[in-house]
Formats: sequence, structure tokens, C-alpha cells
Amino acid sequence: MTGFLRQTLVIAHKDLRAELRTKEAINASFSFALVILLLFSFAFDPSAEELRLISGGLLWIVFAFAGALILNRSFARELPNDCLDALVGSPVSRAALLLGKSLANFALLMAVEFVCFPVFGIFYNVRWTTQFWPLMLVLALGTWGLTIVGTMFSALTVNIRLREVMLPLLVYPLMIPGLMAAMQLSSHLIAGNPLAGDILVWLRLLVAFDVIFTALALALIETVLVG
Amino acid sequence: MNAVAVEGVWKYYGDFPALRGINLEVAPGACLALLGRNGAGKTTLLRIIAGFSRPGRGSVRIEGVDAREAATRSRIGVLGHGISLYDELSALENLALFGRLYNLPDPKKAALEWLERTGLERVRNGLVREFSRGMRQRLAVARAFLHNPPVLLLDEPFTALDDRAIAVLQTLLREALQRGSTILMSTHQLREALELATHVALLSRGRLAHHGERTPEMLADPGWLYTHYGEA
Repeated sequence: MTGFLRQTLVIAHKDLRAELRTKEAINASFSFALVILLLFSFAFDPSAEELRLISGGLLWIVFAFAGALILNRSFARELPNDCLDALVGSPVSRAALLLGKSLANFALLMAVEFVCFPVFGIFYNVRWTTQFWPLMLVLALGTWGLTIVGTMFSALTVNIRLREVMLPLLVYPLMIPGLMAAMQLSSHLIAGNPLAGDILVWLRLLVAFDVIFTALALALIETVLVG
Repeated sequence: MNAVAVEGVWKYYGDFPALRGINLEVAPGACLALLGRNGAGKTTLLRIIAGFSRPGRGSVRIEGVDAREAATRSRIGVLGHGISLYDELSALENLALFGRLYNLPDPKKAALEWLERTGLERVRNGLVREFSRGMRQRLAVARAFLHNPPVLLLDEPFTALDDRAIAVLQTLLREALQRGSTILMSTHQLREALELATHVALLSRGRLAHHGERTPEMLADPGWLYTHYGEA
């Protein structure tokens, strides 16, 4: 188990170091998320009541699209110089490889989301910090669901010529339950309501989504990478 | 027990059979030169032996164990067409990364040793994307040898190397053979390969046309094998 964890962290560290040197994916993702948030604020100018209803949906749509830019690069980064062969040929467990890459993507997407929240608060005039820690919990759970599914499909589509198109087409339909739960919970918490009562059903759904898709991804990655 | 045993391996790309029932055994400590024209199936066979690709039919065993087992992968060193190094990392970071992935006790020390052996110690902190083609190839050689693997799979290892780098690689390969390592090497540079090889295998259109010991005739005339066993 220690070896597995160490391999996972080595892969995550390598991906983060490579990304922070080039900043290819994170710059694109930051810019895209900020532009969409600004454009929506100018285009719709929602009232407080409308915002209470749409805030979760708006944020998670931005996160999902911005996340695709990070996820697309995850395995595509291994293509130049045939680095994927070296990783697959090394004694690293393929599950550790997937988990390491997912962790790196999770950290990058969380960084984008942390910047998006204050921008959202300023441009939409929302006090989103009332339920800060429950909101962070939902953010982490939703982002993990998005990254584990997205990283898995990044591996599946890495050798496809139209992978930038195929990845969102494959990931978003699968993400519907997770995204719906994250949207409902986020809207509820941004409106200042506590994480209690009927809304907990969505939290259970989000946790179940993460557990099921993490287990499936770890079980299938060997077949995806080697055939 | 053979170091490498390939039994009845077929590989299809669509309907096209790239490999047709290959049977090949390589004894421990042998150096096999895998020869053949472009498209004969050399790279496909090496990729299957390395565990990068699954055969359509047949099996591959390394030292008696399935080639795709994690324990087996740690006993193989592969030098493929690509250098398998990250452009955005330095030479030292790349080798230390692979040292960690192969569970070496001191990855940084091993990385520094191999940088010195391949003449790259002066540029150890330089990013790989700034390296010349020959330097990248030397670093790739260091990556393949880093964990002292008992089985080395080399796909056209002399390509893009200058005379000095070829001499370095030949020295490393001789040392590996002296240690008892087994080498499978595909190449078009017949003279360099045949000088090292103890055995020769010739692939022709996905079939094994010849497999046997290297003979003095081959060394005297590297084209001899193609004349006698290959395509016209």
C-alpha cells in the first residue's frame, strides 16, 4: 500500500511540475472560466432570486468546461516522445498512474475554482462564504467526480485524433448525476442555507457517484491502457 | 529457462497480420539482433515483448513470467523509437523520476551516475527540450539502463547517434552482456548490431524467416542474411 501511495504521489508530482513549467492547460482553463463568468454577468444580469436558483448550475457548467481543458491535456501530455510507453512499461501500477494523474488534475481544477469563486462573488454581487466549509466539501466532491471520470476518458481518447471533441462528448453524459447533485448542493449553500434536511439526499448521491466511478475507473484502467 | 520466450504470436492491425505465428526463444545472456526490412514487424514484436501491446494470439514470457506482470516490467529496459523523456523536465529530473518509478534505493544518485556515464553531467539541469537530437538519444539510453535491467529491448538504438555516442552505447551493451543481461535489438545498422550479436533473427513480412547463431559470413558481409533468407 505504501508503494502504491508513493507511486501515485510520484506521478501526481511529475504532472504538476510539468504543468506548472508550461502552464498550457491551467492558463487556458483560468482564462476560459473567467471569460464565461464575466460574459454571463453582462449578458443576463440576474436578480437575487434568479441567482439563488441558477448559481450552482452556472458555476458547475463553467467548472465542467474549464475542467475539460485540463483533463484533455492529462494523457495527451504523454504523447510527445512516447512517454506513455515508458510509464506503461515501468513497474508502476496502472491504478496508481490513473490516481496520480487524477490527483494532479484535481489540484489544478481546484485552483481554477478557487479563483472563480471570488470573481463570481464580485460580478454577481453574492455573499458565497456564508456556508464556506460545506461549500468547500461539495466543491471537493464534485471536482473529484469530474476529474476521476475525465482522467479515465482522457486515457481512453488519448490516441483519437479528435480527442478534444470526444472527451466532453463522452464525459458530460456520464457526469449528469454528479453534476446535478453538485449544482443543487451549491445553489443551496450559496443561498446561505445549511447542509441539512432534504438536501442531504443530493450529498449522498454525490458521494455514491464518486465512490462508484473511482472504483470503476481503477478497475478498468489496465484494459484501457494496454487492451 | 529462456530469458525471453515468444510462442505462436500473431498480431493484426485491422485485417492485416503484422505478425504471423512468431516463435522465438532467447537464452539468458544472449544478444539477439532482430533484423528485417521496413514493415517486417520488428517494432510490433518488440512492443509485444515489452508488454506495451497485447498479441492477437500467442503469449510472451520473460524469465518464465507473463511479460505484463509488474514484477517482470521492472526487469526490462526498453529503448523505443521515441526517447520517452519529458521535454519540460531537466535531464536530472527525468532520470530521477524514472529511478523513483523503478523503486531504486537512491534515484538521484543513480541518475547522476548515468548522466556522467553518457557524458551529460554538464547539462544535467538543462531542459530536455533544449537538447540536440544526439543528446536526447543519449539521455534515452541512460533512462533504459538506469535500473540495470536483466533484459534489454532496443528498437533501432543507433539511430541519430554520432560516432562517439555509438561507441558509448556499444560499450554499455558489452558491459550489460558481461553482467549476463539479455539483449534484443532491432536495427537497420547491420554492422554495429552484428558486432555485438550472438544470435540473429530475420523477420520477413511478419514471419520469422531465420533464427540462429551469428556466423562469420554474416560478420564479413552484413547483407548475407538478406541474400540467403530475406525477400528479393
